[in-house]
Amino acid sequence: MEVAVAVLTGLYFAVSIYLMLSQHIIRILLGTVTLSTGANLTIFAMGRITREVPPIIPDGRYLPAEGAANALPQALVLTAIVIAFSLFAFLLVLVMRSYQELGTDDTEAMRDAEPRGEPLPPLGY
Amino acid sequence: MATAEKPKINLEDAFVMEAPALADWLIVAPLVVGFIFAALCLMTRKNTKLQPLIAMSGLVLILACVAGLFLHVLFNGTVIMAMGRWLPPFGIAFVADMLGATLALVAGIVGLATGIYALREADDTERRYGFYPFLLMMLAGVICAFLTGDIFNLYVWFEVLLLGSFGLLVLGSRREQLDGATKYAFLNLVATTLFLIAVAYVYGLFGTLNMADIARKAAAMEDVGPRLTIAALFFFAFAMKAAAFPLNFWLPASYHTPRLAVGAVFAGLLTKVGVYALLRVLLTLFPTDRDDLAISIAVVAAASMLLGALGALAQTDMRRLLGYLVISGIGIMLAGLALGSATGLSGTAFYTAHSMVVMTALYLMVGVIGAAGGTFDLNRAGGLYKAMPWLSVIALILAFSASGLPPFSGLWPKIYLVKASIDVGAWWLAGAILVSGFLTTIALVRLFAYAFWRPAREGASVGDAAARPIIAIGYPVLAGLCALTVIAGVYPEPFIQVADRIAVELMNPAGYVEAVYGPAQAADAAVSTGETTQ
Repeated sequence: MEVAVAVLTGLYFAVSIYLMLSQHIIRILLGTVTLSTGANLTIFAMGRITREVPPIIPDGRYLPAEGAANALPQALVLTAIVIAFSLFAFLLVLVMRSYQELGTDDTEAMRDAEPRGEPLPPLGY
Repeated sequence: MATAEKPKINLEDAFVMEAPALADWLIVAPLVVGFIFAALCLMTRKNTKLQPLIAMSGLVLILACVAGLFLHVLFNGTVIMAMGRWLPPFGIAFVADMLGATLALVAGIVGLATGIYALREADDTERRYGFYPFLLMMLAGVICAFLTGDIFNLYVWFEVLLLGSFGLLVLGSRREQLDGATKYAFLNLVATTLFLIAVAYVYGLFGTLNMADIARKAAAMEDVGPRLTIAALFFFAFAMKAAAFPLNFWLPASYHTPRLAVGAVFAGLLTKVGVYALLRVLLTLFPTDRDDLAISIAVVAAASMLLGALGALAQTDMRRLLGYLVISGIGIMLAGLALGSATGLSGTAFYTAHSMVVMTALYLMVGVIGAAGGTFDLNRAGGLYKAMPWLSVIALILAFSASGLPPFSGLWPKIYLVKASIDVGAWWLAGAILVSGFLTTIALVRLFAYAFWRPAREGASVGDAAARPIIAIGYPVLAGLCALTVIAGVYPEPFIQVADRIAVELMNPAGYVEAVYGPAQAADAAVSTGETTQ
């Protein structure tokens, strides 16, 4: 099970890096979403992955059964998903606004903050 | 029900049994105050007269809390608070050692200074769109990142401060702001995701997220390979956060675009959180891997400080010039981390606190220059010396302080760092610190020469009526920040003592573990380090 998840994680990372190397913001955006999914899968694979024993404490016992699934990575992944999702929502709006305002989603053409061909700083007093 | 045959459980093994002392609550107070006041500001956002009052009282309260915490840590040693009564390593722990408490205190000062300055700079529209809630939440995020003792929690605080900073950065929605914010947001998001991946590996390798627990398990681990990989991944992610060369290009693209108050609080706080995380992870958690990475860190440090200062020389826009100086300062902080000696680390600690204050003050000063002269362009500025003599005094103090010239606060940490470099024979690192100081001096004195000394252009109106409010609020804020750098420069003894104590604590991770676990448990833990966390 871990091997399958590890291969899947690798695939996610490969896809995300490919997308993030693009010049177009919308692809970079999809790349970052894929990257955070890959990160979540990494956390998930780092705990025990098991289908047999659910992490439920039986009546009258104080510890879960031997070899039970690890609940902590799921809690971590849940937190990370919520955060990544909220950031994705923010970025989506930001990208849409900058597309409306700047009229391009090409990072090479987005040069408003660092315009090309700036004059030299004063060289003599 | 099975209550009848309930076995006797000793709760003391897993729980905090007595309530924490009242003073210990100070460690979570900045978080509580920050979020409550941010919510209050959000509720009163339509009332632009009342909202600043609430925000200012929130900022003053946060500063009072972190100042109290700093004194508490100074006199009583490391403070720890475990959430939900669960003892470490199970509960999320907040740990305030000398480094965290000091940086939190400086963050409180920087937050208050920029909040006061923004009283006049942020207009009604920006207040309605949430300037103060964003500021308070970002400040709470930064302070909690300094104080948390749990590595996953550190990730969460990074995201909190990141969201607050996104909000501040796009306020105003001008074209260059949207452009800068897009680059800033994407690169920071990638850095935090890399940090999260490193956290996942830490959990897989050590089965724990508590920093003290990781530190003690990492120390006991024989196999260097996976630990070194994790340390390198952390270094990469945090260096990106801290804008160290070659991962620095997002900073000069974004920091100059928003209002100067926002630029000031960013320059003062955000990159320094990256430096703090590097110090914490590489010194407390993986000290032996820091030794292996030391040469790479030193190269990154030297390149950051030199190329940052050279970049500053090449700028016409005063705001972008300061962006490059932030990068140069990061290089100097990393130099101490690369050296790893007590002298180097106290230099880094002192320089980090100094840089937080001075970079904030420089941004605010450029804000006042821009308001008074109507331009940020070095080619067009001029005539301020006659119009505003006191501002030129402040400008000269800040320029000298940032370049590390006596008698201001930049001098002492640089002396420490140069001495530490020469002690280990790294003459090139010492040379890089001195050359970058020289280049910084040229860049800032040129700013002074053009904006202040040079007579005003024909027809330029210096200090007209519209700029009066910003100038009036700028003077007291700048005077306060300048007073700090002057005091730290001419009477450095108490500051150096604090920095030395930070260095001693950082050099001794066992002390951190002991503070979190308590002396008895730390000794137990040292014996049975092979245990699992099943």
